[in-house]
Amino acid sequence: MKHLLSITDLTRADIEQLHKLTDSFAEVGRRSIPKVPALRGKNLVWLFYEDSTRTRLSFEQAAKRLSADTMTFSVGSSSVKKGESLRDTVLTIEAMGVDAIVVRHASAGVPWQIAAWLEGRVSVVNAGDGWHEHPTQALLDSYTIREERGSLDGLHIGIIGDIKHSRVARSDVLAYTALGAEVTLIAPPTLLPPSIEGWPVRVSHDLDAVLPTLDVAYLLRMQQERMTEHLVPSLREYTTRYGLTLRRVDALRDDALVMHPGPMNRGVEISAEVADLPRSVIIDQVRNGVATRMAVLYLLLGQGAEKVLDPRDLPALDDRITGSGPEAAPSDDMKSSQKAFGAAEVRT
Amino acid sequence: MDADDVRRAIWRMAHEIIERNHGLDSVVLVGLQTGGVGIADAFAEALAEIGGTTPPMGTLDVALFRDDIGIRPVLPEAVTDIPVDLDGAIVVLIDDVLFTGRTIRAALDALNAYGRPRAVQLAVMVDRGHRELPIRPDYVGKNLPTRRDEMVDVSPHGVELGEVVKL
Repeated sequence: MKHLLSITDLTRADIEQLHKLTDSFAEVGRRSIPKVPALRGKNLVWLFYEDSTRTRLSFEQAAKRLSADTMTFSVGSSSVKKGESLRDTVLTIEAMGVDAIVVRHASAGVPWQIAAWLEGRVSVVNAGDGWHEHPTQALLDSYTIREERGSLDGLHIGIIGDIKHSRVARSDVLAYTALGAEVTLIAPPTLLPPSIEGWPVRVSHDLDAVLPTLDVAYLLRMQQERMTEHLVPSLREYTTRYGLTLRRVDALRDDALVMHPGPMNRGVEISAEVADLPRSVIIDQVRNGVATRMAVLYLLLGQGAEKVLDPRDLPALDDRITGSGPEAAPSDDMKSSQKAFGAAEVRT
Repeated sequence: MDADDVRRAIWRMAHEIIERNHGLDSVVLVGLQTGGVGIADAFAEALAEIGGTTPPMGTLDVALFRDDIGIRPVLPEAVTDIPVDLDGAIVVLIDDVLFTGRTIRAALDALNAYGRPRAVQLAVMVDRGHRELPIRPDYVGKNLPTRRDEMVDVSPHGVELGEVVKL
């Protein structure tokens, strides 16, 4: 794997392999010294054209636990203010010597464009492009569900809220359905994408009707800025119809999970009490995010598939030494190596 | 070596472990994933019968500490599980085959994250030679002279030497 741009690039087996790898990295996080030297000497840059708290910090934590070095690029304090283009910025960063660029941008497709400019010399990770995709979020979300329920096969997952503007929803739908879950999108018509033709999902506008059938209620942030676009009459009305309140939680099955990608608007899409219930695994999602991103970074940068160095393929250091037991290391070898040392002494 | 030889070798090494450490106090067995884990279980059984107690057991996957990361595909095969604090413990690392010594080098690094053992000892079923690092085993089931291109297969049913099958 050279890049992680979209969940569509991954098969079910790929996602399952990443989950299994995430198990190993989650264990690293539980050690008293939670750091391994796996990516020593690798250099990563965070190219964030959009604000982010948890994604960038989570990548940063993941990189540090793998002993990689990191650089942060933030638009506010960069030459982008002087009018430097994205392409020039990327090529400048590449010239400094980086192994991977983790990019977030408000425009869909930017990670693909960057990957094309770099022609495979540098790995690119999509950390969110516009309304399009956020693959590491989908990997950590599906990992969290797998951790709680063992598997996603046959689960019914409801994604509730502003689907239209959500890259998380798009990546999650792809990952959940790839892993065998059924997905229902639950939102007012104004917050659904213009067309969901071809999406492997069902759609409902009635949260109360769907809640009792859900294994996972996945809430999306109700973005305040949507109010100016008149997509919902008021936040209060949205909460009345689509907010996960304490009263609504009772309609969920006992083992159903509540999830949220963050940042939460407590009191809007999720009530303050619901966010803190034991069935809410929102904090586990954040914890799993670090291990997931370690797995992704390791899979991209820890692999040197081109060269194969198996000791059995190499000429022996000394073919005559076979085994270290009493029957091994014949004395002839000792003599010849002494001779070699002697010869060296003569030369000096 | 057949299954009986393997069993006898484990019993002998179990006696040596007890003799060398004057019992099993503060001994922790750590099997290396994946080949050493089954052998570590066999050690635990033997030690329980000879010494009367089963020492704490752990497993260690050293993939993330290997020195060939970035040179060839290296993936963790199993999750590490060290259930006890290793500060002051006598760790007996257990593996099936000792070859170049690089796995053991990685294991020594990996152990650091779990504390500072009083001592680390190494038990292997087969020492096949060809060391590339200054590492030697403390307990050896069998010294087996090999060519580098041979494969050594260790299982509870015995030890076999075979040719590498190239795909």
